[in-house]
Amino acid sequence: MDGVAPLFRMEGISKRYGGVRALEKAELVVEAGSIHAILGENGAGKSTLIKVMAGVVAPDEGRMTLDGREVTFASPGAANKAGIVCIFQELSLVPELSVADNIVISDPPKRFGMIDRKAQRRIAEEALARAGAADIHPLALVKDLPLSRRQMVEIAKALARKPRILILDEATSALTAADVSKIFAVLKRLRSEGLALLYISHRMNEIAELADQCTVFRNGRNVASYPAGSKSDNEVVELMIGREYSHIFPPKPAAVPATAAPRLEARKLSWADRLHDISLTVRAGEVVGLGGLDGQGQRELLLAFFGVLRGLSGQILIDGKPVSITSPSVARDDGIGMALIPEDRKTEGLMLPMTVRENLSFAALDRLSNAGIIDRAAEQRLIDDMVGLLAIKTAGLDIPVGALSGGNQQKVVIAKWLMRQPRIILLNDPTRGIDVGTKQELYQLMRKLADAGAAILFYSTDYDELIGCCDRVLVLYDGAVKRELAGAEITERALISSALNIQGEESPVGLGADA
Amino acid sequence: MKDWRYWLAEQRGTLLALGIFIVMFVIYTSNHPAGFTANVVQTAANKGVLLAFVAMAQTLVVITAGIDLSVGMIFLLTNCLASWLVVGTPMQTTLGVIAVLAVGLLCGALNGAIVIYGRLQPIVATIATGAVYYGIGLLLRPFPGGSVNEDLADALTGRVFGVVPASIVVLLAIVLVIWVPFSRSVLGRAAYAAGSSETAAYMSGVPIRRGKFAAYTLAGLLAAIGGLFLTFFTYTGEAAYASGNSYTLFSIAAVVLGGVSLFGGKGSAIGAIFGALAFRTIGDLLFVFDFDPLWQPLFQGVILLVAVSLGAFALFRVRNRLEWFL
Repeated sequence: MDGVAPLFRMEGISKRYGGVRALEKAELVVEAGSIHAILGENGAGKSTLIKVMAGVVAPDEGRMTLDGREVTFASPGAANKAGIVCIFQELSLVPELSVADNIVISDPPKRFGMIDRKAQRRIAEEALARAGAADIHPLALVKDLPLSRRQMVEIAKALARKPRILILDEATSALTAADVSKIFAVLKRLRSEGLALLYISHRMNEIAELADQCTVFRNGRNVASYPAGSKSDNEVVELMIGREYSHIFPPKPAAVPATAAPRLEARKLSWADRLHDISLTVRAGEVVGLGGLDGQGQRELLLAFFGVLRGLSGQILIDGKPVSITSPSVARDDGIGMALIPEDRKTEGLMLPMTVRENLSFAALDRLSNAGIIDRAAEQRLIDDMVGLLAIKTAGLDIPVGALSGGNQQKVVIAKWLMRQPRIILLNDPTRGIDVGTKQELYQLMRKLADAGAAILFYSTDYDELIGCCDRVLVLYDGAVKRELAGAEITERALISSALNIQGEESPVGLGADA
Repeated sequence: MKDWRYWLAEQRGTLLALGIFIVMFVIYTSNHPAGFTANVVQTAANKGVLLAFVAMAQTLVVITAGIDLSVGMIFLLTNCLASWLVVGTPMQTTLGVIAVLAVGLLCGALNGAIVIYGRLQPIVATIATGAVYYGIGLLLRPFPGGSVNEDLADALTGRVFGVVPASIVVLLAIVLVIWVPFSRSVLGRAAYAAGSSETAAYMSGVPIRRGKFAAYTLAGLLAAIGGLFLTFFTYTGEAAYASGNSYTLFSIAAVVLGGVSLFGGKGSAIGAIFGALAFRTIGDLLFVFDFDPLWQPLFQGVILLVAVSLGAFALFRVRNRLEWFL
């Protein structure tokens, strides 16, 4: 043991959400005057780790020391006071307040008990200048700024708090290349001033340029810690994967011939600055996966197909014919026959206090009714079919759907759409938060539906699922299709490296015009 | 952009309300048989400030993205209380005023505590407390009656230097003593931040709870000042249920007219004051143009509908339809 305690240390930190282990006895040592990169897949525990550090969530067990003294943080404010400041991925700016208001929000300068606006303005200007964003006017409202400028404000806000440890969680994800280089210069200066920086990014080239030390997380544990540059990209990817297949997947049939006419086709779909020129095809009988890191436009793409987004450019074709899908109710209509299994079943999929029966019937009411009167017998027949097909475990059809387990709730969401016999099924991460047994049933079901002639577009954050279930996988990065993998090409290594965009990193597309 | 443009953008709602009020008031006075005289202005001011105080109260709560359906009832309760307490020697009167204001603060604090610590929705919590406050008011004054220190009442509803309505002077003083410090304090900013994005505010370590609590409590105080003035005008206390309800609803209308967003985080009590004065002028306009007073609710409704529609234009800019439901 050396005599000098590190600036910050986490020991044996565990955190569970329900039955899910987000962190399992995680350790981390942070030294002053260095930039420490944290790497890991989606769901490896990185976000939970920094939330614990920043006082947003309390760990179930373990201890944290700052300057060798044990600390606990009851709130983000407490962590800030101790000198730990985090720039979160989801921006923590208040939209209706001005840039200056936001920069000093945690501790505004005061005079006679009131906020001293002149001093506030001065602090804001200094912080913006330090962050290399002097072009942003301190009186502008945050809601009027484009995303990349907001992220710069977020960084200025963190600097104004005079942190000792600065955590950047994907803080460069929306920045333009010019901003990124400015920020890198700022971060290097902060390091020379003795700050500890924790840098979370999926961009390997950024980590290579910045980091002094790297720690890899996997399944809630830190699995390796090494000086930056001592491992190749490939070795790092190995460390991030390093697990076995734990799911059982149904066998894949022979590939649908590429000459078959596509059921669903997109041509150059673009929307706001989230989707860029996406073209894809899904044929009847095919399961096509959407891969990539979380939040690269997969969700928006599914919403675009389902008629939720306005101002979409590009073309959507069903069976080769251009269609205009202006709302979910158009999308589900007979000519199109689309169904979307949403990401958040609690808000977008189910009416939790209503009964299983009512929830199952919602999407198909028009088919089950005559002149507005529901045909109870037909409804019952169809519901019985679905409950049987999906093996939904419920104490009865007339109990609130909220009383079912997560897996069975998800089955209800799926069954609700299957009642319409959809020809195109969009799935948005349908296995998130459900147990392994139900997952397996869903994989079987997906294949069964495809075999019966449905075209399936399936977004998953779990690489195993994409490998096990999909005939083809499109990897999205920054709202564009980065790579298409088919058949045996779909490997974990290919998925991860294209998700991280390792081959030939480019500056983010489409954000350059907002300055 | 220059600094003043940002200032202008921030004050747009307030300035719009001021503009609407000035136009309506000019039309009113120029068509009034007596014209723009101190008397006409005084009468208009006295009618307007009551709603102005209640609207200020409503603003504070609406800024936090809440709503206070009990303001009208606090207004009535303090009116009933004042008709008992604000009497007698100057000393007794002073103590009475303090007691009435304290009760207003207490009502507001109770609302705040229920909403913030009890985690009830503001709309439900304040319907319930509003009924309680009205009930207490009814017990205090089952029948209209009571009295008030008439010297004080006449002074505060009269004119200063023979021209300026005293009620407007008091309104201005209250703005300077309560609204300006609140809006510039850390608590005020916390109230705005909580209304705009509670998550972001929490993540930034903003004292959300204290900010919201201060907003609800001061709302009670402002409603009580309104209640005092009602007593000064009427010389009596009356627990008139319909009147309390319409003050609550009109306060919401005034707030919207004044450019305060019902989604929270945006707007100013000064805007709401002009909103209130404009809303009150609708009735006066009908009077000078010899309309039947029966038309008043209809016109108020139309004006409100137009004002609210202006705010709804933002929905046309939404590009992800799921955001309509947020």
